[in-house]
Formats: sequence, C-alpha cells, structure tokens
Amino acid sequence: MFEKALKGNNYYWMWLAFLGFFIAVAAVCYLRQYFYGLGITGMTRDVSWGIYISQFTFLVGVAAGGVMLVLPYYIHNFKAFGRITILGEFLAIASLLMCMMFIMADLGQPLRGLNVLFYATPHSMLFWDMCVLWGYLILNVLCGWVILTAERKQVHPPKWIYFFVYLSIPFAFSIHTVTAMLYCGLPGRHFWLSAIVAPRFLASAFAAGPALIVVMALILKRVANFDAGKEAIDKMVTIITYAAIANMFFVGLEFFVGFYSSIPGHKHTLQYLFFGLEHHGHVYNNLVPFMWGFVVLFVAGIALITNPYTRKKSDLWLGLGCASIFLAFWLDKGIGFVLGGFVPTPTEEIVEYYPTLNEIFITIGVWAAGFFILTILYKIAIGVEHEVEA
Amino acid sequence: MDTNRRNFLKVAGLSTLAGLGGTAVVDRLVAGAGMAQANTGASQETAGAAPGKPGAIRYGMIIDIKKFYQDPGLGEKAVHACHQFHNVPNFPEKRDEIKWIWMTKFENAFPERPNLYPDEESASKKLPILCNHCDNPPCVRACPTKATFRYDDGIIGMDYHRCIGCRFCMAACPYGSRSFNWRDPRPFIEHLNHDYPTRTRGVVEKCNFCVELVQAGKMPACVEAVADSKALVFGNLNDPSSEIRKILKENHTIQRNPSLGTLPSVFYIV
Amino acid sequence: MYDSGKIIPGLIIFVLFITIPIWYNRGGGTEPPKPVLPKDAKACVLPAAEIRAEHMKLLNVWRDEVLRDGQRGTVTVDGKEYPKSLMLNCMKCHTSKKQFCDTCHTYASVRPYCWDCHLAPVE
Repeated sequence: MFEKALKGNNYYWMWLAFLGFFIAVAAVCYLRQYFYGLGITGMTRDVSWGIYISQFTFLVGVAAGGVMLVLPYYIHNFKAFGRITILGEFLAIASLLMCMMFIMADLGQPLRGLNVLFYATPHSMLFWDMCVLWGYLILNVLCGWVILTAERKQVHPPKWIYFFVYLSIPFAFSIHTVTAMLYCGLPGRHFWLSAIVAPRFLASAFAAGPALIVVMALILKRVANFDAGKEAIDKMVTIITYAAIANMFFVGLEFFVGFYSSIPGHKHTLQYLFFGLEHHGHVYNNLVPFMWGFVVLFVAGIALITNPYTRKKSDLWLGLGCASIFLAFWLDKGIGFVLGGFVPTPTEEIVEYYPTLNEIFITIGVWAAGFFILTILYKIAIGVEHEVEA
Repeated sequence: MDTNRRNFLKVAGLSTLAGLGGTAVVDRLVAGAGMAQANTGASQETAGAAPGKPGAIRYGMIIDIKKFYQDPGLGEKAVHACHQFHNVPNFPEKRDEIKWIWMTKFENAFPERPNLYPDEESASKKLPILCNHCDNPPCVRACPTKATFRYDDGIIGMDYHRCIGCRFCMAACPYGSRSFNWRDPRPFIEHLNHDYPTRTRGVVEKCNFCVELVQAGKMPACVEAVADSKALVFGNLNDPSSEIRKILKENHTIQRNPSLGTLPSVFYIV
Repeated sequence: MYDSGKIIPGLIIFVLFITIPIWYNRGGGTEPPKPVLPKDAKACVLPAAEIRAEHMKLLNVWRDEVLRDGQRGTVTVDGKEYPKSLMLNCMKCHTSKKQFCDTCHTYASVRPYCWDCHLAPVE
C-alpha cells in the first residue's frame, strides 16, 4: 500500500519538503548535541527535564486520544466513526514515534538505551512506560494495517484482529496512566505528587487527541476530498467538550487543594505557573504568560465549539475552536506541567529554565518528523478510501 | 424469600472473603510504613525497590551543625577533600554545576522547617549537605537500569557504566543530591586524582559515601578532612556499640525531610 | 531483460559500494601489532593467551564484583596480591596506554570507552 504515498500533487510534495527542511535542521542540531552533550540545552541540575520530556508527555496524550474513536466504534458500534477510526490509529502511530524520538533526544547516553531491556527493572515506572508505549505502537500498526488492507480488498477484517483491537483500548489508557505515574510517584515534588495527575492527563488527552483529529479531518476535506461525515465530527466535538471541561475541573481541584489547605508545597508551583512566585525579593514568572494563554485559549476554544452558531456556521470556526483546545492543552501539559514541577527545587531555590535555540530546533524537527509520518500514513489511508469508492 | 436469602448469603460470603483478602493486602502494604523512622530492614519489605537485606551494617553519618557554624573553614575543607579525591569538576558556569557535598543555609537544607524568627547563626552561616543514603531510596526505585542501587551496607552506589542518563533519579531525589554531566567534565577538573576515575558526559553522579574507601576499611574523605574537629562522624548505625550510635543517644538529632519516609542515614546535630 | 541498461550499472555500483572496505584497504596487508610488554613484571593475572582473548570480559567481571557487589577482594598472582582494578592494577605494570592498549585496539579498530572515565597513566 506504500505506493499510495508515492503519488501526490505538487502541494503534497511541497508540504513534505517543507517538513523535510525542519527535519534536516534538527538532524544537524542533534549531531551538535550528540557530540557536545546535553549541556547544549537549557537544562540544569535543578531543572533536569526540559521541553523534550514535556513534549513527550503531551504526545503520549495525543496518542492515547485516538482511543476516543476506537472505543465508540468497536465497543458501542457507533458506525459514523467507521471512516475515521483509521485516522485515530495512524495519529497514535505518528505520536508514539515522536515520543520515542523525544526520549532518545533526552538521553545522556542514547547508545545505552537498550540497558532498559538488558537490566529490566520492574520497580521503575520508566520500564513500564517503555513496555506500554511499545505495546501500543505495535498494536496500532497491526490493527491499522490489517483493517486497512481488508478494506482495500473489500472483505471483512479477519476475526483474530478484533482481539488486538479490544486489547489496544486498555493499552491506550495505560500509556497515559503510566506516563502520569512517572511524575505522581515521586516524593518531594509536591506539584506532581497528586493522585489526580493520571485522570487529568487522560482528560486532557481525550480532548487534545480528538481535537487534532477534527482539525485534520477538516483539512483533509479541503485538500484531499475526504469527508469524515457530519455525524462523526459532531460526536467528536461532544467528546472534546466533555473531556476538556473535565480537565479544567481537575485543574480547579488542584487549585482548591493548594490554596484552601494553604500548604506552601501544594501552592508554590501553582503560584509560580499562574501568578509568579516571590522568592528573596525577586518574582519569578517566566511561565505565567503561557499558563494564561492556556486558560484564554481554552475559554475561546470551548466557546467556539459549544456555541451552535460558530460550530455549525463554518468549518473554519469549528477548526479554530478545536485548534485552540489543542494548543491550550499543549501549553498546559507540554509546557507548564513538567517545567513547573521543578519549581521550587528540593532545597527551596528557584531556577528558571530557558530552552536554547539548538534544543528548540530539535524539538521542532521531531514535530516535523511526526507530521511527515502522519502525512504519509494519512495519504495511504485516504488513497485506499478513494480506491474503494471509485 | 429463599432466593433473597441465598443472594444475601452469597454477597455476605463474598464480601467477607474480599474483606479478609483485602485486609491481608492492606496489612502487608502498611507493615513498617507506620513509622517514618522504622529501623533498617523493617522498611525493606514494603520498599519494593530496596534490594538490600536487613544486614549487620548500615552506614550513616552525623553532621554537627554547630561546629560548621563556628569554623567556616571546616566546610570548605570537607568539600575540597571530597571533590579533589573524586575528580569532581569545577565548571565556570552554574548551569553545568556538579556537586557531591556542598555548603548551604539551614533554610535550604531543611525547607520543611521554616522559622519566622531564625537565630542569627542559622540565618547567615552554612552547613554541609550531601546524599542522604536513604534506607528507602526513591532514586533507586526510579532508576530503569539499576545503575543506582543499594549496597548491602546501606550505601547508595552509582554504576556509571550502566547509566543511560534519563535523569529520572534526579527528579525522584527529594534532597537535590544528584548532578548530571551536561558536558565532558575532564577539562574542568583542576587536579586529577589518578587513583580514581572521572565521569563521562551524559551520566548522573552523586556522593557515594566514599564506598571505595569505606569498604576497604577506611573513613570517607570528608570525614578524614575534618577528623580533628569531630564535626563529621561516620559509622555503622546497626551496631549499638558504635561511636555514631553513642553520639545519637547523647544528642538530639534531625534528618532532612524525614516525613517522606525515605529514612535518611545522615543525621544533623542542631 | 527489461531495463538492463539501468539494472546492470546499478548492480555494479551497489557491489562496489558494499565492498568499500575491501578495495579501500587493497593490498595493505599491515603488520600485526607488537604491543610493548612491561619489562619488570613477569606474571599477569591470567596466562598470556587467556588474558589476550578474555581481558575485556575479565574487566567486566571485576567491574561488577567490585562496583556492584562490593566484593573488593584481591587476586593473587605468584603469592602477591593485586586489586581487581584497571587503574590500580593493570595500568601499574602496563604503564603506557599508547604502547600497550592502543597498538592492538587501533589495529583491530575497537574503541573501548574505558578511557572516557578511567585515567591512563601519565606518559
């Protein structure tokens, strides 16, 4: 089926070349980092994880979000998702590959990565994260490919594949739960040490993932003559709405616990993220604009997708609304959650983190590589759909 | 009526079973966890990660804060001895910083004990902090390759050959004791000690309680450096007749944030 | 054959490409290395043939015993005790990394990462 990816119009190739440019820049930047060490990033002994790990955390959510199509279609027999379930599965593949690239970019000794297998350590959450991420990737490749092949031949998919389809549902939940457990099991990091982290991760994932799929579906409608169907889009918007509100509810709970209990450890990071934290006469507030950007984009996005006028008026408004939600939760989880957790340090100092240009280019390059893979996968999926319809 | 009764009995039976099973699980989980200060060994069944067995030896250290307050040169000596012996680099930029033992203020060492009216000495002078060599170490639990691990004598060691540089242990350590080699450290080591290796870039490092000296029957470098003052005392916490236990018996000591249940092996005389 | 004009040159280029190591080093039958042995030391921790073939494994065993298991005992050779250590044992006799280690390692094109951390004796 790969031949479908080799035929496309000029825009298709220009888009791939555009992404390829950023991938090439990132490759050069990564070589610089490889030969110098991670000191070329903005990370320090106090903020020891930066945008690589925060992007990883966010993208695990995007990958898990695909299950919001798989679950209604296969469990509740919601037929309208038939055409776009494959978009969710392929988005999961691209996101997981980005996750793995970010992990590799973040390792101090990338060549020793296989030590996680050679010296498997079940009491480390990172070991389990590796297991579920690989498991979910393999499941999505398998299910996506087998079902798409069956569709192309216009036969029913083989029965055995449904076992793996159903298995992929708990895996989707587990990837984001285990990723949350990387954070919420660490003593002494008060902001992360919260039982609501896993549910909150899932809620924002089930909003951000489908939001991206809606945006993709609307773009594909214009550029690839592929209509996801009104009913499917409407249903996804409902899912996004509830999941996004659930995430905000959980954020609100964190605020209540922090500020009502007034325990400094529970408050500090929230103060730092949203208002700026005063320490020895200096106010540290690097992330404040990002966090208010998150709140504003959420409000704007939710208004656009819940208001019947803007939702139904045009695809543009709907797309903008979903893009706002996606961006909002990227700011929340892809920036604030991980970076904020390091403030203040265990010795009550405040060290702020500034990513370097080299680091930013690598990050952009990994995103570009992800969209490159996604474009090719979607091209194949839609090529098959068109072939079947023809 | 009959079916209702049968159902009731079923439910009652099942819930009793669940209750029994449940309590057994809960009992196992909380065994030893009730006391944040449970002695070595008791905690290890529940720690899940702690590979050590309750052994005859658990090394620990006492730091006499008063002595470091009185003589600021003392801390400098201890830090210098450690960093010199272990080839710890000295980077010009703070962002690359690596440290095994360092001097800091009371409020930074013990942020869980804020004081509105600190005494003058605590507000201005410094005391040494280092890896606590916890009996229930979160870093060991987090490490995905067992590159950081617990020796049977309670020391938390680092295997730099195995570390992949994921820095999960740095996020896990609640005492900020771990440093990462952000770049090649060799050019920044002022005087190479040719009897001890350096590190390579991309691995995490920290105080190792001078395991290479201690397991050869010697004292850690920092303890040796301030031996005259007895400001640092090192010994076996599991031996009731050891000097360290004697001092612990005679003085009121505190540990850094003990409420996290990490069971630090470093004690401070205030 | 269709397209033989493209396939055959393509095949030739492919074969040339994957045989680069052979023709790049053509005719260069280099001399086997002659590492300089220490003059005053007579015995090693293992017989010469064994240490030559197995030294990397032995170093890994020592590493794990000493560093991970805390077994810091010594090895006895001719009644004399030596620590299980690259820096504190091996390199005390083989005082030149360049003339001993590197001669074979360069010849065999292996780059052990020992020296990223461990220090070679000052030469």
